[in-house]
Amino acid sequence: MADSVDQIFVHAKQWLMSPLEGHIPDCLIQIVSSLLNIAAVLGVFLTLFALMSVLERKILGRMQNRYGPNRVGPFGLFQPVADGIKMLIKEDIVPARADKVVHFMAPILIAAAAILVLGVIPYGRNMTPFVIDGGILFFFAVGSTTELAVFMAGWGSNNKFSLLGAMRAIAQMISYELPLIITVLPVVMVVGSLNPDKIVFAQESYHFGFVPHWFVLTPWGATAFILFFVSGLVESNRTPFDVPEGESEIVAGHMTEYSGFKYATFFLAEYLGMFAVSGLAVTLFLGGWHAPLPGLGFVPSYVWFFAKLSVLLFGFIWIRGTLPRIRVDHMMNFAWKFMLPMAFTCLVSAAVWHYSGRRLSGWLWSFAIIAVVYFALSLLLDARRKFTPRTYRFAE
Amino acid sequence: MTPNPYLFIVVFAGVAITFPLLPLALAWCWRRFFQPPKPGAEKNAIYECGVESIGDAHVQFRSQYYLYAIIFLIFDVEAIFLVPFAVAFTSLPLGAFVAVLVFLLLLIEGLVWAWGKGCLEWDVKASNR
Repeated sequence: MADSVDQIFVHAKQWLMSPLEGHIPDCLIQIVSSLLNIAAVLGVFLTLFALMSVLERKILGRMQNRYGPNRVGPFGLFQPVADGIKMLIKEDIVPARADKVVHFMAPILIAAAAILVLGVIPYGRNMTPFVIDGGILFFFAVGSTTELAVFMAGWGSNNKFSLLGAMRAIAQMISYELPLIITVLPVVMVVGSLNPDKIVFAQESYHFGFVPHWFVLTPWGATAFILFFVSGLVESNRTPFDVPEGESEIVAGHMTEYSGFKYATFFLAEYLGMFAVSGLAVTLFLGGWHAPLPGLGFVPSYVWFFAKLSVLLFGFIWIRGTLPRIRVDHMMNFAWKFMLPMAFTCLVSAAVWHYSGRRLSGWLWSFAIIAVVYFALSLLLDARRKFTPRTYRFAE
Repeated sequence: MTPNPYLFIVVFAGVAITFPLLPLALAWCWRRFFQPPKPGAEKNAIYECGVESIGDAHVQFRSQYYLYAIIFLIFDVEAIFLVPFAVAFTSLPLGAFVAVLVFLLLLIEGLVWAWGKGCLEWDVKASNR
């Protein structure tokens, strides 16, 4: 019974496909099968995007002691529909001096890249849209297209704010892409595969019968997860790293000259990128679709995946409601002088964990290495000693 | 029947590019039939906080961006070298790991050199203070 609920979507797809078998050529069947997978992914994530856009505003509202949207439909839940209609009927203004082709292509490319990376994440048992051996590599290869699209938006607009925002976006995205890629490597090392499904299967069993095998519970995994999450915040241009589109400094960064649905497309891409990075974090470090306790296996696998995804997304919103924007030089220093050395430490620490037999001693050694590097870096980067005692020249 | 994942990528890429075009086409139809555009010299000008934009936007940028880009290039290529090592890691002897560690240390030495040289300072004036 539990198994059939778990596989309900896989069976539904087989049932939909069964009338076609034998009637049309194999190649067409594969295309129909792909289209069904794509329709499922797009349907789920567009619904999630609509929900997230209203829930984010409501949660932020509660954090700031106000109600948030509550007028359109029950509890303001139809707000995304109203927003969508408004975006569709707004006039789409393209500046006369803009590079029309590049200006038009940028939102399409950014949305296409954000949709494409959702294809390699395992959403449940047998529920990966497409299984390729280099899935993780595909994710990063397609994901980094976003940088190109952001720069196209900035350059094509021929606006000073846009170009400034695009330059800042490129600088911060390339700086944080290194920790993002290098923190994935320890997991790939330990599993020995770039295939997301194999990475999820490697986190299947439980220590002592109840502690899950998730990589986030090892010292190198926990460090890599935090670094990955912070880099993910930057890659999706979320607060506190929203320097490229800092409203109070450069209007809206690379989106300044966009209006109508092209503007909405950038938001769609930002949210889909956030879902993709959170989904990859769940896959790599939080055990994918596995249950956190052995007795909870009767709950369908996709429920666990989306529960973990929601926790991470709530983290994104919480951070946005809590932290102020970081200054650009602080952000770059943090990337190169802290995140990158710590990411390399994770790599070495995971190797030590592997060579000392993946047991408690390995756990302690790996913890020791990370702690030593962390304290060395924090002593090196301590900015407090630069400050002199404050003198009140005019108050005295 | 084993599905060919690379066919899927092609189909998915096609759908992913078509998908954002659909609402844009819908918006174009709306504009075509119900909301004819009314362009104007000021409406279609480049936005710049209420004043007229002076000169071209494609100006020179500070060289720090370029330095970061070069350091990024080195480490990104290195990350690509590390991917095959990471996949093969579980079947490699300890010696191979030490060899990769030497490779890593050489690159970290490069990072330390760039750090000491001041290439990682965003605001050069502030760091000299």
